Amino acid sequence: MSRIKALLIAAIVLLLGRGRPRRERSEARIVPPGTPDPRAETLVLVLFAAVAVCGIAFIVVYAIDGIGHQTQLLGLALGLAFALLAVAFIVIARRLVVTEELAEPYPAEHPNEVETIEEILDESESRFTRRRLVKLAGTGALGTLGLAALTPALSLGPALDTDALTKTPWRRGRRLVDDSGKPIAATSIEAEAFYTAYPEGADRELIGSPIVVVRIGPGDEGVVAYSKICTHAGCAIALYRKPTFPDTQPGPALVCPCHYSSFDPADNGKVIFGPAGRALPRLPLEVDVDGNLRAAGNFSGPVGPSWSGVRQREARS
Amino acid sequence: MIRRIVRFVDQRAGAAPFVRKALRYVFPDHWSFLLGEVALYCFILLVATGIYLTLFFEDSRSQTIYHGSYKPLQGEPMSRAYESVLHLSLDVKAGLLIRQTHHWAANVFLAAIVLHVLRVFFTGAFRKPRDLTYLVGLAMLFTAFVEGYLGYSLVDDLLSGMGLAIGYSVALSVPVIGANLGLLLWGGPFPGSPSFFPRMYIAHVLILPLIITALLTLHLVLVASRHHTQFRESPKTTEKQVVGVPTYPGQAPRSLGLMFAVFAVLFLLGGLVQINPIWLWGPYHVGEATNGAQPDWYLGWLIGALRLVPAFDLTVGGYTLVPNPFWGGALFPVVILLVLALWPWAERKVTGDDGLHNLLERPRDNAWRTSLGAAFLTWIFLGFMSGSADRVTVWLGLDYAAQIWAYRVLVWVLPVVVFFVVRRACRELVAWERLKSE
Amino acid sequence: MKRLLFILVLLFPAPARAAEPPQGVVANVAQGKSLYAANCSRCHGSRGEGLRDQGPSLKDVGALSVDFYVRTGYMPLDDPHAQPWRTRVLFSEQEIRSLVAFVATIGHGPAIPTPHWRNASVPAGKKLFTDRCAGCHQIAIAGGVLPGARIPSLNQATPRQIAEAVRIGPYLMPKFSRRAITPTQLNDIVAYVQYAKQPDDRGGWAIGHLGPWPEGMVTWLLAASALVATCIVIGRRQKRT
Repeated sequence: MSRIKALLIAAIVLLLGRGRPRRERSEARIVPPGTPDPRAETLVLVLFAAVAVCGIAFIVVYAIDGIGHQTQLLGLALGLAFALLAVAFIVIARRLVVTEELAEPYPAEHPNEVETIEEILDESESRFTRRRLVKLAGTGALGTLGLAALTPALSLGPALDTDALTKTPWRRGRRLVDDSGKPIAATSIEAEAFYTAYPEGADRELIGSPIVVVRIGPGDEGVVAYSKICTHAGCAIALYRKPTFPDTQPGPALVCPCHYSSFDPADNGKVIFGPAGRALPRLPLEVDVDGNLRAAGNFSGPVGPSWSGVRQREARS
Repeated sequence: MIRRIVRFVDQRAGAAPFVRKALRYVFPDHWSFLLGEVALYCFILLVATGIYLTLFFEDSRSQTIYHGSYKPLQGEPMSRAYESVLHLSLDVKAGLLIRQTHHWAANVFLAAIVLHVLRVFFTGAFRKPRDLTYLVGLAMLFTAFVEGYLGYSLVDDLLSGMGLAIGYSVALSVPVIGANLGLLLWGGPFPGSPSFFPRMYIAHVLILPLIITALLTLHLVLVASRHHTQFRESPKTTEKQVVGVPTYPGQAPRSLGLMFAVFAVLFLLGGLVQINPIWLWGPYHVGEATNGAQPDWYLGWLIGALRLVPAFDLTVGGYTLVPNPFWGGALFPVVILLVLALWPWAERKVTGDDGLHNLLERPRDNAWRTSLGAAFLTWIFLGFMSGSADRVTVWLGLDYAAQIWAYRVLVWVLPVVVFFVVRRACRELVAWERLKSE
Repeated sequence: MKRLLFILVLLFPAPARAAEPPQGVVANVAQGKSLYAANCSRCHGSRGEGLRDQGPSLKDVGALSVDFYVRTGYMPLDDPHAQPWRTRVLFSEQEIRSLVAFVATIGHGPAIPTPHWRNASVPAGKKLFTDRCAGCHQIAIAGGVLPGARIPSLNQATPRQIAEAVRIGPYLMPKFSRRAITPTQLNDIVAYVQYAKQPDDRGGWAIGHLGPWPEGMVTWLLAASALVATCIVIGRRQKRT
């Protein structure tokens, strides 16, 4: 019992006592003394204790599954802990340390050293008779070596094979399927709606794959299909603008949600608004014996965003 | 106890003189000098939370079918990358907190850098001998843009996937070599080879952080070696002498307090304000898109520029030379970087002032710099505004096309107006002060 | 008479969002005809035949269309060139039913649908919504923009109104028939929209489910200003020794 008492007294003294008296120094102080501020000190102690409480709160919230809104409470606990810590240190800065004003010289230049270095470098070259030539040759040697070292970077991708950009999974006879993989009958394409389609059996995650199908007129010829990938910056053209009352409303358009490039489905995908510079590539369609839609060839131009020379190229299967 | 540690370090590393100097290093006193520190603390938290995230993320775009705890995505094909972030956000305790804190920290990091660059620019702190420090800082700024872009694109959600397609199109739009560049970076046509995501990942968690850390170290060493600039405040503050508060005991608790305040703000945001709720967006698929997709705020200037450029590909005799996205997506940022980077040199050339400067100018004291800078900033800021035109249409009903046309005019006219207005304001302020002191 | 009816209409406002219409209210086709004449004939013609540059024909639009347009307040529309937008409905429940009943007699159009969404599939609905709807209405039903229109958020749309809008394609919206979007698919879509009105929103304050734009606002208006304020507090010049 007395041992516990002794321990308790020791703990209290440790926490509340002033600590060992500082050694007296005979010389002048470096850091000026400043007046004590016990109230600020107490405030800091309270704040540190509060930080600890927040830390414990964090652990408790984490540990107890039943507590809902975990993210908010954990964030609050941690955030509050840091906020209180910040306040504590600001109190220390304002009230518990001295704010001195010191002056220091800005660094000067070192003209002598610079000159000495120049001299060392210069004098070291005295055994060369054709300095410029040797330096030039050295630069050429290292330069070409550097170039060689960089060359494997070309292996990162088929950088020289721009044909890869023109390839699409569409070819003559390829059947269109909807997003559940079923073929699409030409008669099922109704005016005023729009449909996303993919090439049967192909990877849907290629930019040459998704197409948007709309009807611009009656009959099989009235069904048109375009690449769903915007020729501006590659987003999927997921909007279809359909006027309910053409007298007062803008005409039909396939619109891209990224920068609002708009294409006219009734005019070969011509750009009617927005930053896209190239018409939307059109996929020619045909109807097979079952009445389902199939591609009648490849797109009218390369799909996706443009690159230098894109208009000179064709979409290939 | 402290004395023992210091002796230990000095005996083994000879560090005592350096530490003594560091303890009494002088910090000139102005709140705006703390902005760079805010950015530093954001970066520290980014690395710390980022390390945690790497322990959960799977950097693979190969597709899987979701059978996890979030019902609306049951049975949905998605990449393993997206699934791992979904899992971290929805099923891992504290996972969403760390992830959201990381993302908020990235946004605030860039905001802090921007504020810091503005302070440095408008007070002339970039002048010799600190022009190298300034260039290092600019390099960090632009690296941070890329770093953030890669970071949120790794998640492979619908919004960031659309953003990657746009990045690809900007690469492709570089004249002559664009196609090669795009194929090189992506490892093939978009969405790229299976190694594209691992590449983005390594760039984001290793290569770019190393670059930023190296630049940051160089930046801080240069700042410390030249000492911080100061405003002219008293007879004591001169070009030859810096006056301020020493590191210890004066500045240290303030910097520590600021650090904890930054952590507090970021963790509070991370817990209390939702950011990038990817389970609502769904995974990215090439054939899907959503309205209202935007890049993170610090790339807003680019989406505005991309939307503003009129509809043309520059063709020469039928040959497509410059596809449309080049102007807004590539030329615009490069011009800005060049203007910012060459500014110290240009200022020296134009003013003929080749001397060292340790004293700062108040913005009003240099009307030319302040007004030109304000005009330049207006030009960039209009990029942000035009990128937000769709928001204005939604709230105020203003026609979108009309806004775009208005911005196409404003983007050239408004900077000129701002230049004259700000120049006048500076001169008036200075004249008024002179009158007051008489 | 028309004027009196109009005043009566103004005196008895109905809520803009009718949840489940009260039972026991009977439609009166004759009253509907008068209401039509007072509120709609100016643009749609005295017999619903449509007037050039004013309003489209209402032949075969059916009860479905009228129910949608009137209950959302899209119609009546003051300016034929303006975009119809959700507004306060000034008709009473009885008047709405009467108007619907009358216009439904112009030709043969679809009846008012009743979507059965409660047991439908939210995952399937999300997939469909992403493909057919998100391009305009935004993946989290927040609405958006296209050149020529602003696109409304769906937060206030009732399940019935969603079903109706899909079949009508109001204003610039595409029109999806039962073949383009089957009734099962429509139920799934409605189920998803209902979910999206109050989705799993963990992570705190949702700031509109719009993504980077409001996030940027928070970054600057909350975080940056708080941190700048902190810098000002910390950097405040103190008396130095």
